Amino acid sequence: MTENVTPTPSTGTGTDRVKRGMAEQLKGGVIMDVVDAAQARIAEDAGAVAVMALERVPADIRAQGGIARMSDPDMIDGIIAAVSIPVMAKARIGHFVEARVLESLGVDYIDESEVLTPADEAHHIVKGDFTVPFVCGATDLGEALRRISEGAAMIRSKGEAGTGNVVEATRHMRAIRAGIRRLTTLDETELFVAAKELRAPYELVAEVARTGKLPTVLFTAGGIATPADAAMMMQLGAEGVFVGSGIFKSGDPAQRAAAIVQATTFHDDPSVIAKVSRGLGEAMVGINVDTLPAEQRYANRGW
Amino acid sequence: MSTPHIGVLALQGDVREHRAVLEGQGARTSAVRRPEELTGLDGLVLPGGESTTIAKLARRWGLLDPLRDAVRGGLPAYGSCAGMILLADRLLDAPADQETIGGLDVTVRRNAFGRQVDSFESEVEVAGVAGGPVHAVFIRAPWVEQAGDGVEVLGRVSGGPADGRIVAVRQGSVVATSFHPELTGDTRLHRFFVELVRQPGGRRRADGASDGVIEESST
Repeated sequence: MTENVTPTPSTGTGTDRVKRGMAEQLKGGVIMDVVDAAQARIAEDAGAVAVMALERVPADIRAQGGIARMSDPDMIDGIIAAVSIPVMAKARIGHFVEARVLESLGVDYIDESEVLTPADEAHHIVKGDFTVPFVCGATDLGEALRRISEGAAMIRSKGEAGTGNVVEATRHMRAIRAGIRRLTTLDETELFVAAKELRAPYELVAEVARTGKLPTVLFTAGGIATPADAAMMMQLGAEGVFVGSGIFKSGDPAQRAAAIVQATTFHDDPSVIAKVSRGLGEAMVGINVDTLPAEQRYANRGW
Repeated sequence: MSTPHIGVLALQGDVREHRAVLEGQGARTSAVRRPEELTGLDGLVLPGGESTTIAKLARRWGLLDPLRDAVRGGLPAYGSCAGMILLADRLLDAPADQETIGGLDVTVRRNAFGRQVDSFESEVEVAGVAGGPVHAVFIRAPWVEQAGDGVEVLGRVSGGPADGRIVAVRQGSVVATSFHPELTGDTRLHRFFVELVRQPGGRRRADGASDGVIEESST
């Protein structure tokens, strides 16, 4: 029997394997938006695999308007001190200095997020230069692969954050998965054309065609408000769930948070989803995405 | 037992990676999310993931006590990272109410190496695993702060600020590593565990004494 030797040994911190491997550990779990230490504790108690620290949840950013930025370092320190699970935080698209600040605070993952106001209209952060890993949103396969080529170690659907409406997350998850399936049917010549059409590096396109999956973990985000929403996204191929406004804009955050965690684990069991969906109180008030003017759609941010 | 049946706790974490490696080593695998799914297993793997989440879900769905009974009853078990935390009898740097399955007479410190920016890859010599050091991936990893007399230390960190820290242990048929062999393509630790499961008498008590339950159905 031949020994199976490690294919590409690499040592030290900040390697691709350490960054992508961190996201692998979050699979099957729920990452919850929190704005202070008290919310972070509720999330940890409910079984969140990580919390996302941000200044305002997306629903409030929509309601209040103005420029949305990285959070106050004091707030992030407070959340890091309050919980033992990983802490993520958001930086504006292209704002590499906000990202360096978050890295220096010791956050475990940075979300280069369209929910905040973009700081650069053309360029995303060169994420491979950082020790801390990044997650980025995507609406389709080409966008996901462009982010991975910049160094993103985890991808999430963008959805339409702060709406409580799952329709855009569904659209993006289906688009990414369909794009992957299509690549697996192409021959080598066709892959070069596909790379051009996807505006993504050929090597990444060829890798996806060969393996039938992204090189990173794929989560869903943007509009998930109920246990059934989370379970549907898992069945559509998400490997885990981000919930933003859906928890702390609802009537009973602790109970809803725990219910979404359980529905994510037992996403294929309708009886469990029914059980945890009982008596949850008010879901967040939703927004019909059709009524949102184009300039208020966060998913259009980033490229 | 030519094809051992190994369950992988599938409440959360990198379940798929463990199942793929175990199946590559000739085991049949199944996901364990409910107590009845423990029936008929020859071995159990506790994957990497978030230990607080896994413990809460196990408690909520009535799986924690059956898991404790199974491991105490001698079901061979292997845990990586969060799995090591779940197998520890005692925890440090954990929420006060965090429960474990137990079975290893060790004190494990959570997130002992630091935060994600401190996560790293390194080489670790593991006793009983031939063919050179194992390439080890540590992700917000725990270490074994203190090990009881009956615990065999299989591996320690070599070099760096954590030099000498215990990161691989075995007590009877219970094995745990701080690192994630399921992420590297190096299958030797999983083969080590599958061989342990295959041994006639592999199903022993965690304290090393035979409990008399010998699985020999298809040897």
